[in-house]
Amino acid sequence: MKPVVIIGAGPAGIRAAQTLVAHGIRPVLLDEAAHGGGQIYRRQPANFKRSPVKLYGFEARKASALHQTIDSLREQLDYRPETLVWNAEDGALDTLQQGRAARLEYSRVIGATGATDRILPVPGWTLPGVYSLGAAQIALKFQGCAIGERVVFAGSGPLLYLVAYQYARAGAKVMAVLDSSPFGAQARALPGLLSQPATLAKGIYYRGWLTAHGIPVHQGASLTAVNGEQRVQSVSWSNGKGQQPLVCDAVAFAHGLRSETQLADLLGCEFSWSPLNRAWLPQRDSAGRSSVAQVYLAGDGAGIMGADAAEMAGERAALALLEDQGYMIPAQRPAQLEQALERIGDFRQGLERAFAFPEDWATGVADHLIVCRCEEIRAGEIRAVVREGHWEINRVKAHCRVGMGRCQGRMCGTAAAEIIACESRRAISDIGRLRAQAPIKPLPFGLETEA
Amino acid sequence: MIEVDAVIIGGGIVGASAALFLGKAGRRVALLERDFCGSHSSGVNYGGVRRQGRPLSQLPLSQRAHEIWSQLPQLIGIDGEYQRSGHLKLARSLNDLRALQEYADSSQGFGLDLQVLDRNALRARFPWVGEVAVGASFCPDDGHANPRLVSPAFARAARLQGAQVHEQCAVTAVDHDGQRFRVRTQTGLELRASWLLNCAGAWAGSLAAQFGEPVPMHSGHPAMLVTEPLPLVMDASTGVEGGGIYARQVARGNCVLGGGQGFALDDARARPGQSAVLDILRQAVALYPFLEGAQAIRTWSGTEGYLPDRQPVIGHSRTQPGLLHAFGFAGAGFQIGPAVGQALTEIICSGASTASLDAFSITRFHSISVA
Repeated sequence: MKPVVIIGAGPAGIRAAQTLVAHGIRPVLLDEAAHGGGQIYRRQPANFKRSPVKLYGFEARKASALHQTIDSLREQLDYRPETLVWNAEDGALDTLQQGRAARLEYSRVIGATGATDRILPVPGWTLPGVYSLGAAQIALKFQGCAIGERVVFAGSGPLLYLVAYQYARAGAKVMAVLDSSPFGAQARALPGLLSQPATLAKGIYYRGWLTAHGIPVHQGASLTAVNGEQRVQSVSWSNGKGQQPLVCDAVAFAHGLRSETQLADLLGCEFSWSPLNRAWLPQRDSAGRSSVAQVYLAGDGAGIMGADAAEMAGERAALALLEDQGYMIPAQRPAQLEQALERIGDFRQGLERAFAFPEDWATGVADHLIVCRCEEIRAGEIRAVVREGHWEINRVKAHCRVGMGRCQGRMCGTAAAEIIACESRRAISDIGRLRAQAPIKPLPFGLETEA
Repeated sequence: MIEVDAVIIGGGIVGASAALFLGKAGRRVALLERDFCGSHSSGVNYGGVRRQGRPLSQLPLSQRAHEIWSQLPQLIGIDGEYQRSGHLKLARSLNDLRALQEYADSSQGFGLDLQVLDRNALRARFPWVGEVAVGASFCPDDGHANPRLVSPAFARAARLQGAQVHEQCAVTAVDHDGQRFRVRTQTGLELRASWLLNCAGAWAGSLAAQFGEPVPMHSGHPAMLVTEPLPLVMDASTGVEGGGIYARQVARGNCVLGGGQGFALDDARARPGQSAVLDILRQAVALYPFLEGAQAIRTWSGTEGYLPDRQPVIGHSRTQPGLLHAFGFAGAGFQIGPAVGQALTEIICSGASTASLDAFSITRFHSISVA
């Protein structure tokens, strides 16, 4: 009998696994990482001995609970860490584990593929010493090191303040936090944010802590350039009062998160435009059913909602799967979860107002800015293709290679779309969607395959 | 209502080059493309610009295409990353090497200048080729180009030459009123013309069938992949006698490889399929050992029309005067495409192609039943 497969052992995947196990199913749980927990609750290597509180701060309890869950389920799961799902085709997943390719047929699959940072590049962003916010956090959590001694944090989104706080707590000198969203936007967003007072309180706490410790926090402040010869030596930023220089040796930046949707695409899921995420997302119902009968989606991979929502969505998707398989499920639980998810959804709306995406970003981008670092494609090259009459993003990609390199558009896709939309004077939702192509991550020649 | 001399259905390299050459000859042309010009087989193929290995009957046209390719920048405004690197066809057995020698003998006089290399000569000249190759045939003036750039550029050049190019413009109805063709599109265009060119690639069969000459065409979906940029090693485009993996390296360093068949996702889209991709990743290292450990970053496929004899249909319809066909290039239309566009132009402007098209007549399928 073909197994139920869960892809991703983050908050959504682990709770989905737990729910299935509770109903007597032994799912396969595939994860790229060596240890379950996902990016947010990424576990430190075995020889590192820092306390959960030190690693995860306010989230320590949740992180520990999730880690304990997956540890306690080990015997009841077919858990396969360090396994990349690089393709989905014909009712099966293609995996790569330690240089060995294999094929895994599934009866049903829950995709919990998570998210990466949403990047809007600035001049100098390819210099050594520049990281995404998520990467800066992973360096701290997983590698036990800071990205620099004098660090600037820039962009927007909740992670901005959290990572700056974590760095300051870890002993790095945080030179400044440059939040591109204006104070007014955050004040206006307050009513929506009050739907999750505890989460809001944490955000306020981080910021208050930073200010109390003398760390400059600037609002309506855009990172305009990263400067340096061989590596980062300073940044330039601007607000209403003009350009400011700031000496530093590392920068971490991002504008929120973006969903990892390639697998849903290869699984055949229908996509639709999400104005809230400003991205194409796989369609799912309130329980997590995708447009494809055997495919369920949960967590940030299907729309950014955060880790708490991911845990609930993972459980909800698993319950939907169980229900569809004819299992009896607790009668009240689905409605409870959906109501809780709806409340987080309201909060998320508020967050999006508070940390508004800079929709006019593309207008200010200089032609020489490198947008696609894999293929070294500059904004001007993208614009030149658009001026030839092309406006569909896959078509622009075909003409100038933007998004064609190693990252397959994960890093540059957002920025490329913004530039194409701006230059072609079309709505961002009107330039098409970057199609996913296998392999989801690079595959080596000479790999071994199953007999 | 749009009145033109010729309506061309299909904005691949064949249709777009026909539009370009007809425009140059002063004809009024409308090119209709359901998707974007050069976005299907013409734009996503391997990029081989190769005469070597073609059936002898294609060599006169292929040779003319070779001349056209030498003028590419003047013709379409870009170099299209076209390079005459040479094409190296590898033999994995002495039988295969004999077959290459026979082809070299029989293609004498077509201008290919093939050089058959034994094992030692192959090692000396192309040291990056793996031990599995016992010899090869080298065509020094064949090469490769970037189809993503070249094929759309033919359509752009046609537009600059005065052709009307309509993209995202599927044809919904075609008929002939006794004097002229009437073509309607999904976008509401209505066109009239004395000539209709069926250059619709893998999708050309339905138009041929509508005019009473169905063809037994099926679709193929080649599996293709590309590596991350690697140090420059391969100084020739390669293929293997008897089929298998083909590979080239572009100036940026990426190696493009193809081999095996993928599958159709729907009528218009295809994927390379995991088994073909894995086969390439495993087997390519025997042919090209320097690829060991390199990473494939992207895979893709397309939809190509194949007829049973793997030869295209080019030339007059035998049932409908004014209808010209050019399709079914069996995955080998990229190099020859511009010469086919030129031949269609000659038919319209001077009554006949200067290169013989007899081998490609659609009449060869008239007597057989279509599966």
